[in-house]
Amino acid sequence: MNGPFRLDGGLIDRARALAFRFDGRPLTGHPGDTLASALLANGVRLVGRSFKYHRPRGIFTAGSEEPNALVELRSGALREPNTRATVAELFDGLEASSQNHRGSLRRDLLAVNDLIAPFLSAGFYYKTFMWPKSFWERVYEPAIRASAGLGRLSGEADPDCYDKGFLHCDLLVIGAGPAGLAAALAAGRSGARVILADEDFVMGGRLNAETHEVNGRSGADWCAEAVGELASMDRVRLLLRTTVTGAWDHGIYGALERRTDHLAGSGGKPRQILWRIYSKRAVLAAGATERPIAFGGNDRPGIMLAGAVRAYANRFAVGAGRHVGLFTNNDDGWRTAADLARKGVPVAAVIDARDQEPVAEVPGARIVMGGRVTATRGRHGLRGVTLATGERLALDCLAVSGGWSPNVHLTCHHGGRPVWRDGIAAFVPGDGLPGGMSVAGAAGGSFTTAAALAEGHGAAVEALDGLGLSAAAGEPPGASDESVEVSPFWHVAESRGRAWLDLQNDVTVKDVVQAHSEGFRSVEHLKRYTTLGMATDQGKTANVAALAIMAGQTGNSIAETGTTMFRPPYTPVPVAAFAGRSRGREFRPTRLTPSHDWAEARGAVFVEAGLWLRAQWFPRPGETRWRQSVDREVQQTRGSVGICDVTTLGKIDIQGRDAGEFLNRIYANGFATLAVGKVRYGLMLREDGIAYDDGTTARLGENHFVMTTTTVNAVLVFRNMEFARQCLWPGLDVHLISVTEQWAQFAVAGPNSRALLRKVVDPEHDISNEAFPFMACGEVGVCGGTPARLFRISFSGELAYEIAVPARYGEALMEALMAAGGEFGAVAYGTEALGVMRIEKGHAAANELNGQTTARMLGMQRMVSKKKDCIGNILSERPEMNREGGLEMMGFRPVDRSEPLAAGAHFLAPGREAVTENDEGWMTSVAWSPELGHSIGLGFIRNGHARIGETVRAWDGVRGRDVAVEIVSAHFLDPDGERLRG
Amino acid sequence: MLIDHPLLGPRDAQEFVVLGDAGLIDRPDRQAGDAARRFHEYLHLRNNPAGEHRELWFHEQGDRSWLVVTRDTLTHEILRVELARDVAVARGRDR
Amino acid sequence: MRYSVLQILRQGLTGNRGWKPVWREPDPKPHYDIVIVGGGGHGLATAYYLAAVHGLTDVAVLEKGWLGSGNVGRNTTIVRSNYLLPGNQPFYELSMRLWEGLEQELNYNAMVSQRGIINLYHSDAQRDAAARRGNAMILSGADAVLLGRDALREKCPFLDFDNERFPIMGGLWQPRGGTVRHDAVAWGYARGADRRGVDLIQNCEVTGFDIANGVCRGVETSCGAIRANRVAVCVAGSSGRVMGHAGLRLPIESHVLQAFVTEGLKPAIPGVITFGAGHFYVSQSDKGGLVFGGDIDGYNTYAQRGNLPTLEDVCEGGMAVMPMIGRARVLRIWGGLVDMSMDGSPFIDRTPVEGLYFNGGWNYGGFKATPASGYCYAHLIATGAPHPVATGMRLDRFERGAPIDEKGAGAQPNLH
Repeated sequence: MNGPFRLDGGLIDRARALAFRFDGRPLTGHPGDTLASALLANGVRLVGRSFKYHRPRGIFTAGSEEPNALVELRSGALREPNTRATVAELFDGLEASSQNHRGSLRRDLLAVNDLIAPFLSAGFYYKTFMWPKSFWERVYEPAIRASAGLGRLSGEADPDCYDKGFLHCDLLVIGAGPAGLAAALAAGRSGARVILADEDFVMGGRLNAETHEVNGRSGADWCAEAVGELASMDRVRLLLRTTVTGAWDHGIYGALERRTDHLAGSGGKPRQILWRIYSKRAVLAAGATERPIAFGGNDRPGIMLAGAVRAYANRFAVGAGRHVGLFTNNDDGWRTAADLARKGVPVAAVIDARDQEPVAEVPGARIVMGGRVTATRGRHGLRGVTLATGERLALDCLAVSGGWSPNVHLTCHHGGRPVWRDGIAAFVPGDGLPGGMSVAGAAGGSFTTAAALAEGHGAAVEALDGLGLSAAAGEPPGASDESVEVSPFWHVAESRGRAWLDLQNDVTVKDVVQAHSEGFRSVEHLKRYTTLGMATDQGKTANVAALAIMAGQTGNSIAETGTTMFRPPYTPVPVAAFAGRSRGREFRPTRLTPSHDWAEARGAVFVEAGLWLRAQWFPRPGETRWRQSVDREVQQTRGSVGICDVTTLGKIDIQGRDAGEFLNRIYANGFATLAVGKVRYGLMLREDGIAYDDGTTARLGENHFVMTTTTVNAVLVFRNMEFARQCLWPGLDVHLISVTEQWAQFAVAGPNSRALLRKVVDPEHDISNEAFPFMACGEVGVCGGTPARLFRISFSGELAYEIAVPARYGEALMEALMAAGGEFGAVAYGTEALGVMRIEKGHAAANELNGQTTARMLGMQRMVSKKKDCIGNILSERPEMNREGGLEMMGFRPVDRSEPLAAGAHFLAPGREAVTENDEGWMTSVAWSPELGHSIGLGFIRNGHARIGETVRAWDGVRGRDVAVEIVSAHFLDPDGERLRG
Repeated sequence: MLIDHPLLGPRDAQEFVVLGDAGLIDRPDRQAGDAARRFHEYLHLRNNPAGEHRELWFHEQGDRSWLVVTRDTLTHEILRVELARDVAVARGRDR
Repeated sequence: MRYSVLQILRQGLTGNRGWKPVWREPDPKPHYDIVIVGGGGHGLATAYYLAAVHGLTDVAVLEKGWLGSGNVGRNTTIVRSNYLLPGNQPFYELSMRLWEGLEQELNYNAMVSQRGIINLYHSDAQRDAAARRGNAMILSGADAVLLGRDALREKCPFLDFDNERFPIMGGLWQPRGGTVRHDAVAWGYARGADRRGVDLIQNCEVTGFDIANGVCRGVETSCGAIRANRVAVCVAGSSGRVMGHAGLRLPIESHVLQAFVTEGLKPAIPGVITFGAGHFYVSQSDKGGLVFGGDIDGYNTYAQRGNLPTLEDVCEGGMAVMPMIGRARVLRIWGGLVDMSMDGSPFIDRTPVEGLYFNGGWNYGGFKATPASGYCYAHLIATGAPHPVATGMRLDRFERGAPIDEKGAGAQPNLH
């Protein structure tokens, strides 16, 4: 079952074969393989196409820094574009497809781009496609968009579920290579709460990819034992397949754990978990990333990073080629040659850019010191290279090492900038690390195993010390110091052909030179002009060489040139993982009224209001249009009695000796004089003098009030009142509590409302008009002693009450009210009928109280007391808010009564052009009034009261309508309020 | 972010709603001759420093305390957390 | 050097070695007629229009970093003129018209892509609000179409129309809205200004103003003192900090607005889609990344980074309306500092200091405003009078009681 390139050893399970498909071709691999290693084992070298020129691309790395080997994984709604084959764990039945080509992968029609590449150099699109003007959207852009992009979304809803979780620890260790394992061991043995997270599916980092020894044993064996010890510790949590993607404020880290991506299906379990990790300290042990050398034709499949070639041989037991060459500028690269030779893979040549003695003997290999690769050949895979001397070598794999770059990313998430270290020719963490973070091992520029182990251990001990925990860590594990000598070497200047820097975005050395000559010289200009480092790998392998080349152009040092910003996430995270379970129905919390089940059982149609679901209307059999239901509900309420659940109104219980005075300052109108047993309408202003909420407040006792707010503003009003209580007037004796959820409340409205309530309210309470007049309130019993509060208030304009009971009795009271109302033909009415009735009465609601409205606009300026201190009254007097001729809320009716009105129409004088200068206001709310038999509207219009009787146009251009309307009073029904006092 | 609530200990900032400049505690006297100007400046011209900033946070998903949080707007480091009521009283606010 | 297809062919055939610098790198002169503080989009546009419209070329733009390193370099690239209030909408419609002619005027392809913008609505009340807005747009000369559910479904079949919380009823569509390649806007204006003689000075930070007897006579900078007859500040995001050097307090707070981009994808969505009931707006770049954003984090900050809760909130909004983007991966998260003003609207005005001008307070909306902001600011600086479409954008509007509050959120910057 072994693929043709499979070697002995490694961390794969040969006992099991896993079948998979790539571009439909059936292949096999083993547990322990990634998709990339399995493809290489099967001799698959061409796996994708580059972004711009559609050049053939092969596997370049063995990790998450991969720029090339991106595939579409899975199929149907589960299709996952741009998945790195180098980190996709192989599972039985895996399906992957290459992406970004038209036609087959081998014969990509868009490879024509490569033929005209001279005309597509850096920034070419800024200089053309301008003529003719209309062609951009119609011709050029669609062509560019179709050619660009990489993988395809499925177009279907993501069927998987995602979870979120919260973890807490003393020490978070990021990366489980030698440094991370040593840190976790030291902290774990000391009894600290430790989280060790690693993006790989095996812990150990490079120890699994190398042949180094730790404590005298193979690195992989030592890892397995260390992980075993950590797993046995209660206070240590190991997070495998978990990438720490971002360092946020105050020691909070974001991490993505992939739970089922390595399985054929999620089985209904969460695919991934977004962890928010609260750490007291963190050790960044994220290792380092190898970087290539730029030379002519350095992008062919088969040209790989040297460390990756080594990882494939040692860990995955795959030979990346049969005639392997090495091109390096450092000692570490030589280990690839040594390891391959040990594994029996023929090493044909070692080319070292440094003019010095060979680092080691490599049997059978041609050794070229001071050598340069200048060109390569092989259309869909490497066949050979040419050296500067003109010598040609036949190779099917070239392992390249330009040195290593520490993975400093997370050290920069709080704005820190890495600094250049000449000795290792690399950027290392600078100042400005996230609080509590320290760096160990290769991530800090210490590239030897011994240093990694010692630094990881030391960092943990220091962190524990800082937390006041005593370290009982013992000695750090030991290893020999390998040679990691490196001489900076970025680009083979003698190259023929294009030398590639960003392999995914097709940025060449020449593009960098051109950017410089055009003035794009800062690193940010370089990135943005050439797109260098903007691909899915964010330039993890490409950026440093490009900076070095720019530095060479400007004459500045690399240190002066600096880097672009490192931003989260460290590796890309699915949108769905950030959203977690907040999708569909669970997108936001749902609040249900006490009568919800009752209403649902009667077929109510619901509408969203401030997270509440409210009954909008109650269709009856035979009613086919919503208006039929709403009209009936209005007519029956006005004709007899109707019941509406108004529990969603905000309710605030206010108590204390100064409660009255407090309300006096919260409301624009006076409240201190409100008598016990009375209710008053109140208008609230913001401090800027704009009206923002209204409602009623009842005085149940000398020191006890209950306020109602609008549904949508309930939270905000409460917040503002707490602000006033705690911050503005802390000396007032007043206490607040929100009781919105504690009381179920129903409006009982209509001429028969009193008769209905008499059957429900316990007989000892006199609710006659004399004993309980308009705006009375009191505590009563209902249905035989159930405590309730009764308010005689009216939003509908009818004789009406609101009755409240503890929420647990809400549904029962609804049933009791409806049963008692049977003889009157009582109806339940929803928010639509409520809206119709309030418009008929000219009451402002959310459409009018939209945060842009003054009391003056509402005709309530007289309510704003000038005598007392209340929020908003000073700034409500600003001159431009009180100009004569400003907007005023009025009623509107169509001149032709059969015309419907529409909210959102703007008012224009007859005959005036429809332009902003002639805009006189707008219609805020409309309804069809069953009582009047025509449409009515409320709206704001300039100088409205002086214009009653005037005809204007309700111009609704966006819906193609223009209706003549008459300006009338906003009080369409019963303007003197006789009904509600009856 | 984490806010070390004086009564409840460290809480995630997500439990809070932020209002902004703690200068909003110092509501002007409406009796002052230039009350209109003072109220305008109080409401509209707030502190916006690059560095230490005293600001109001409301523990809406918690105990409903208003807090004065002293936070560095360059680093997000929190230097001090107080109950806003205590701050208000100390600044002479009463009835 | 004029850009054209022929130029590209000529350069391509000679190895692309003949391209000339897009701008000079001059040393600052000791004195200019006008110094513009801030080389972001608005500053560069102001310099361009001063030169191109008013013939004023004794002008320097001082930029503390690299040209375009302001918010023009870190926004979500959306352009639109779908505002509500008469204090705003005519201004943004002017901006839209300038966008429409920009590339030919500048001889620079900024990829102005008018693929449309759709604001979703989910209830009758939201539809009516959308109608009010659409009508205001048409009155100002802009285009607006109120799409019903079926018409919207034809354009965006992938939306979750039957979302259990916020079922989609339709959308307000502005066909002329769209996106523009943001960096190219800065480069195009910079090139245009440079070619007309404006000095663009990079890595030159203004550290103070030379103010005597209430008159501003120049600036102190990291490159030394520069005198000027007029100093025009244009540093949104850092307005409080910079104007503090002149001793001025502003009705502005500095906040961070995060933005996000996914890995590149084949074309998946048309134009721009915004979901106001959640907090989410998205477009797809020509390179294929989904560029999206939502609300500000809400606390004052000068750190160019936000926190996880906002990111999660935005992605929740995205998944609510477009659950097909779940498997797209967020590639990069960044934060830009924005001037949040007390009413959510900007300022283009003189200051109490003679010779010192201020442009800022752009809230979420600075990028789309770039051309009109530069155009109107140049008009103010050159003529001394506000441009007719920017007469409301004055610093004293709060004292007068004339805020331009589109959202109705009041003097609470983090709610706009």
